[in-house]
Amino acid sequence: MELFELYLSLFWAFLKIGFFGFGGGYAMLPLIQHEVVDVHNWISVADFTDIVAISQTTPGPIAFNSATYIGYSVVNNMGFGNFYGILGSAISTFAVSIPSLILMTIVCAFFAKLNKNQWIQASLSVLKPAIIGLIASAALLLIDNHNFIDYKSWIIFGIVFLASIKKIDPILLVVLSGVAGLILY
Amino acid sequence: MKAIFKQYWELFLVFSKIGAFTFGGGYAMIPLIRNEVVNKRNWLGDDEFMDALAIAQSMPGPIALNTALFVGNKRLGFKGSLFSGLGVILPSFIVILFIAMVFTQFKDNTIVERIFKGIRPAVVALIAAPLLTLGKAAKINWKNSWIPLLVALLVWLLGVSPIYIVMGAILLGVLHLVYIKKKLNR
Repeated sequence: MELFELYLSLFWAFLKIGFFGFGGGYAMLPLIQHEVVDVHNWISVADFTDIVAISQTTPGPIAFNSATYIGYSVVNNMGFGNFYGILGSAISTFAVSIPSLILMTIVCAFFAKLNKNQWIQASLSVLKPAIIGLIASAALLLIDNHNFIDYKSWIIFGIVFLASIKKIDPILLVVLSGVAGLILY
Repeated sequence: MKAIFKQYWELFLVFSKIGAFTFGGGYAMIPLIRNEVVNKRNWLGDDEFMDALAIAQSMPGPIALNTALFVGNKRLGFKGSLFSGLGVILPSFIVILFIAMVFTQFKDNTIVERIFKGIRPAVVALIAAPLLTLGKAAKINWKNSWIPLLVALLVWLLGVSPIYIVMGAILLGVLHLVYIKKKLNR
């Protein structure tokens, strides 16, 4: 019963993330964090950051990756076995995909030139700048005393920030900062 | 019968290849999809692909999934989109599930913890660094820069759910158009 309720809330949370997650990628992070950290307390901010790190070094969109990871680990943390964890993973990933499937089916059937529709254009005129704000908040929300433990964290932050602006491969940067963590701590 | 199945299978294969080789998600995979769908297979023309991309970006959900669903649907209808969608999801599902199973065992290991102490601030930097370029692409100027600033403050400091931000932004955009139309009629 408890497990069934957990599956249901995973399904509902990731359905919402799929439906309101405009802008893809990083823009979806504050929404995912809001649902899984603030509303449901399924994982901590540090755990969430680790999932983002794993997403940056593995293939696939971040929304799927967090759905798959969180679906498994939440069920597992509650003491249920592997099979139930995999099922939780599948339910969450399925849920985050449903809104796209429904909307893209409607779009393909009725409005192939949807992006030229003036009402869609009007909605996007405010939504696009808002998405930039969402990405900024994604970064700000992750600045806490678990992710930034001392001055060394800020040095790593500064170096990676500059290197990333200089278009150095993010996977390489994640690997190097992992090595730095191993040496520094 | 066999020939039709082969077409579905091809859709699945092409998009599972895209799903397996696009690291970091999102915009990195656009040239890859274009190469497979437009150049190699001629499933879509160049302007059709641009339309698909514009729609995928203006709809909610991961851009990779939306593009895959669009191409699958254009090619073989709703069932086609099921195959292309499953293709783009499956590789990362398997990889992440495997990592989740292993990582939950080793999470409290001190070496893993030290590695992640170094990685966590880097993750924040990787999210923050593209903001300037993205801001330029979204045509942020002094007149509309209050929108991202207000959004960031509401979500960060007041803990407002991004769901309300999205609904508010759409409403504001639509109301603005209604206002302009009324002004033109007068």
